[in-house]
Amino acid sequence: MADILDLTVLEAHNAKMAGEFSPQEHVEAWFEAAGSDELNAYLWQNDRGAEAAAIEVEQDWNAPIAVKDIFCTEGVPTTAASRILEGYRPPYTATAVRQLIEAGLPILGKTNMDEFAMGSSNENSAYGPVLNPWDRERVPGGSSGGSAAAVAGGLAPWAIGTDTGGSIRQPAAFCGIVGLKPTYGAISRYGMIAFASSLDQCGPLTRTVSDAALLLAMLQGRDPLDSTSVGIEGGVSLPDREDLSGLRFGVPAELARDAVDAGVREVFERTLAKIEELGGEIAEVSLPNAEHGISAYYVIAPAEASSNLARYDGVRYGVRKGGDGDLIEMYETTRSEGFGAEVKRRIMLGTYALSSGYYDAYYGQAQKVRTRIAQDFSGAFADVDFVVTPTAPSVAFELGEKTDDPLAMYLNDFFTVPMSLAGIPAISIPAGLAEPEGGGRQLPVGFQIAAPAFGEQRLLDAAYALEQGIGFDARPGGRDG
Amino acid sequence: MIEREQVLHVARLARLRLSEEEVETMVGELSGILEHVDRIGNLDLEGVEPTSHVVALENVLRPDDAPWQSLPREVALASAPEPSEGAFRVPSPQAE
Repeated sequence: MADILDLTVLEAHNAKMAGEFSPQEHVEAWFEAAGSDELNAYLWQNDRGAEAAAIEVEQDWNAPIAVKDIFCTEGVPTTAASRILEGYRPPYTATAVRQLIEAGLPILGKTNMDEFAMGSSNENSAYGPVLNPWDRERVPGGSSGGSAAAVAGGLAPWAIGTDTGGSIRQPAAFCGIVGLKPTYGAISRYGMIAFASSLDQCGPLTRTVSDAALLLAMLQGRDPLDSTSVGIEGGVSLPDREDLSGLRFGVPAELARDAVDAGVREVFERTLAKIEELGGEIAEVSLPNAEHGISAYYVIAPAEASSNLARYDGVRYGVRKGGDGDLIEMYETTRSEGFGAEVKRRIMLGTYALSSGYYDAYYGQAQKVRTRIAQDFSGAFADVDFVVTPTAPSVAFELGEKTDDPLAMYLNDFFTVPMSLAGIPAISIPAGLAEPEGGGRQLPVGFQIAAPAFGEQRLLDAAYALEQGIGFDARPGGRDG
Repeated sequence: MIEREQVLHVARLARLRLSEEEVETMVGELSGILEHVDRIGNLDLEGVEPTSHVVALENVLRPDDAPWQSLPREVALASAPEPSEGAFRVPSPQAE
């Protein structure tokens, strides 16, 4: 079955059409592969077995999928990697997941993540960190670390995750796969456990740009259950662009000056040269407010989180602790024992920013910075088709390397946060390998391409042409990483 | 930057009970983060409209005809830590 696992979803479809193997064999191979998870990528696996799942395959091009544990799935444990939701089985299914199930995709399992999607390393999971399949001493990125590691490590052909400030793109970059954050509103958020509601967006993590397009086509759409969802007009089709002629790619002058590891910078420069080789044009653009992205983000996201996470109070679902005292005591005990350190830190930060006397200085000011950043992008897109940056300033860092320094961890989101604040789509594709600053084996580097709102098709087309031109074909080492 | 008393006040607002060690850590970490965040405090953003929602949407309405069913009561209660007589039971809000 090793051959089947080497194929992308689109390649497997073509192989099935050619009669090389059956849809059942395809599904069984992936269920078996998922069962050998040594990366702690899955928090729950579908134990109905491959046989039962195979029966549900109605369309022969669909492949089983791994789902981040932030999506509510009826009757299936859904924890968002938090102790406070241990044992919770939601009474309904998120729209995004329901659409996949209706399209005939068997669910392989629910993937590990940073608790409530707060983190950039997957080390904030209450159920242990996920290991990077390229080097098991390193993080897979986060917060969708389990989904990224599963796809890169051969435990799932594709997966979905969520991105609030880079949580799809950064783990995709660290694991050498494709990750797409669609425009805010492209996909329903109904049933997706809320972190920062004005930023959260579901998206695909796949091996190739074509697979990302296939998945986005199934996920996107307006949902009456999420009034902020609008879908993508005209839908999404498979990308087929072969060159980049006539397209202009903007490199932010401000971002280029900031600290990027030498190896990452080298791959980035090489990719810019590849764009020119493919007929694209490189131009400098100015995003003067992007450098304030992290500051604005780490006010807005925690503020919204502190409000969203008020619902975990031990009353309606999840865990209750300290029920023998009075009501306030029960709330406090439940939340203090149920939340991990990073979640408490963000709740504290957000509550402070929204508290009386500080609201205008923090939240109000951050929302104005957000306007400025969105305006910066609008200005850039008047001149160029896309804005490009490295996805992250470094390759995957070591487990434990940044856990004692929350600010250093936050700064890792430097390149991904501005697009989230502007609500625009951005994709990370693997562009090459680089050695970590401190030495060690070569690790994947992501190249980020951002497009104007709802420009997904053009974004996928360009990313596809570049992907073909780069020809990235490195894979994680043997089973020991 | 942020004092111990403020940390305790915010924790109370957030319904979190922090251990002595957590309070210490929180004072240091929040101060460091806020110092970084405070950089935007000095920007001149007079007259800039705040953005709360990035996609232009206005009055998303639907006919008031209940197009889908609510969860049955027993299903909604099934995940509750302490359901009782068709409701969510909570400890008394009054301290004994």
